[in-house]
Amino acid sequence: MSASIRESLRGLPGPFFGDYGGRFMPESLIAAIDELAAAYEQAKADPDFQAELAELHRSYTGRPSIVTEVPRFADHAGGARIFLKREDLNHTGSHKINNVLGQALLTRRIGKTRVIAETGAGQHGVATATAAALFGLDCTIYMGEVDTQRQALNVARMRLLGAEVISVTTGSRTLKDAINEAYREWVTSVETTNYIFGTAAGPHPFPAMVRDFQSVIGEEAREQLLTHLGRLPDAVVACVGGGSNAIGIFDAFLDDAGVALYGIEAAGDGVDTEKHAASIERGRPGILHGARSYLLQDEDGQTIESHSISAGLDYPGVGPEHAFLADIGRASYLPATDAEAMEALRLLSRTEGIIPAIESAHALAGALRIGRELGPEGVILVNLSGRGDKDVATAGRWFDLFDDGAVQS
Amino acid sequence: MSGVADALGSGALIGYLPIGFPDLETSIDAAVALVDNGVDALELGLPYTDPVMDGLAIQKATQQAIEAGFRVRDVFRAVEAVRSRVDAPVLVMTYWNPVVQYGVARFADALRDAGGAGLITPDITPDSADDWIAESDRTGLDRVFLAAPSSTDARLAETVAASRGFVYAVSTMGITGARADLDAKARALVARLREAGATGTDTISACVGVGISTPEQVAEVLGYADGAIVGSALVTALADGGVAGVARLASALSHGK
Ligand SMILES: Cc1ncc(COP(=O)(O)O)c(C=O)c1O
Repeated sequence: MSASIRESLRGLPGPFFGDYGGRFMPESLIAAIDELAAAYEQAKADPDFQAELAELHRSYTGRPSIVTEVPRFADHAGGARIFLKREDLNHTGSHKINNVLGQALLTRRIGKTRVIAETGAGQHGVATATAAALFGLDCTIYMGEVDTQRQALNVARMRLLGAEVISVTTGSRTLKDAINEAYREWVTSVETTNYIFGTAAGPHPFPAMVRDFQSVIGEEAREQLLTHLGRLPDAVVACVGGGSNAIGIFDAFLDDAGVALYGIEAAGDGVDTEKHAASIERGRPGILHGARSYLLQDEDGQTIESHSISAGLDYPGVGPEHAFLADIGRASYLPATDAEAMEALRLLSRTEGIIPAIESAHALAGALRIGRELGPEGVILVNLSGRGDKDVATAGRWFDLFDDGAVQS
Repeated sequence: MSGVADALGSGALIGYLPIGFPDLETSIDAAVALVDNGVDALELGLPYTDPVMDGLAIQKATQQAIEAGFRVRDVFRAVEAVRSRVDAPVLVMTYWNPVVQYGVARFADALRDAGGAGLITPDITPDSADDWIAESDRTGLDRVFLAAPSSTDARLAETVAASRGFVYAVSTMGITGARADLDAKARALVARLREAGATGTDTISACVGVGISTPEQVAEVLGYADGAIVGSALVTALADGGVAGVARLASALSHGK
């Protein structure tokens, strides 16, 4: 099923995207993953399922999310027009809810009563805890100890929603190890428990399924821009952790040859230092968490710890469809450092009154650079994947905004 | 080179230890000590950063090995050193990415040249292992895939057909680590593997691993399976009591045979 024969790049079914993807998993989990894949195939073709999800989007999440033009911010981007797809305005504050509601409905369909999830920034954990509350499911969230500290507000939110939050103290104590621990737990509880995976990575069916659940972002935005401007954007920009918000906004534009797609990877201290999370730019193909994709790894195939100020982008791998899109040249992947992202976060806050998540601020930093290349005729669509409430403590420390002696989380 | 099947005759004790823990030389001495104390076949673990099927005891040991500078090439040195001192077959237990990065063909050649018997691969299944199946056929190495209580009958048949050496029956739905009681699922899984064609050394053997830590449990498992695999308990014994400690536990376990 090569892409060239299909003609369209949209909605590729997996398990492979070119050389990437697959289902490299312990046998203990194969039955559950196969069950999930089969249930998803059925649900995808079931109008009742799609209608129920659409209704949740409308009456619970608040979709469609709006598009906001940000001219005062765009003044710093060479005058190109910049539009933000406002996933930050979704219930729970990020795009993660789009995927979670789909997978929560699927959990009910396969008759499981408990969900587990990993989380980095805490946004996927919050969304999962939220859906668990809504559907009356038991919920346990795995989160690296480092992330429980830098996203403490989200830990409290998850607990308030009734979820158990487990702080993972093995390995790098971030998202990668939270996924490892969630897998270990899933092996033990798979009969009653569904794993709601938070990004477009991992084994089949997750990359294709999460993409499908997130593709509402791009479908809406494409229509909104066509209606508002009568044209498509020149560039679509999104940050890339595992890749779900990026593939979610890219998918609708994949067959629009005139629209350039940019994924922005977290460059931490810089891609030439040892502290970054730029898997496509600086990694090479390998297998982690069930799929073959670009991966930060040493010569021996040991995973290298990633680094980013943003917990949601602090992951040494990337979803397989992005690896494929990078190789065939359909999307470009650029780095943004911690410092560039934080500067973009401050700039959007001050010029437009919108405080973005640090993850999304990486996309904004990319848009500033891309805008300067496009010039004043350019139109850029940025996925503002989340809001910055959870990051205020980090920003406060970065910009020295706290009064001496004030209590900080 | 000797395959593992020959060692499984009348109920085998198989011992796991990670290579490079607490250091390369001690891990070699400890592996030799297992065989000197009644262990019939060895499973040497390749330390990996993301061991999703392992519990805390093995996670800690393998992480320590990596921090102490373990390199994948040490595997071949360790296998060769162990094989020069004892006659028991030596399998390597490895997550898949280190093999892919080394090169599957190159890894298979080096393992065979070192006298290794084959690989146990916990995070890939036969349907995702075309390259390994081809390379193990070329080199004659054993390939041990895992079967789980959750496996469907069709998958058990596929796993039995694809494995060589033995099929690794995971005793419980869980990760490695000592358990007080062995899951009844283990016995049921072995019965299903027998149905699927793993009837013993004349076809292919079924060995049970995960959770086994006492001579009584070894005896219980060998009542219905062809081999009992002990891991975490040996790792803990090595961590706490050094080579002498792990030798004592091996000797005690072998009384369960
Ligand atoms: C607001 C926000 N954006 C982006 C991401 C990165 O994930 P992904 O690459 O799957 O969109 C996260 C992850 O936690 C997030 O919270």
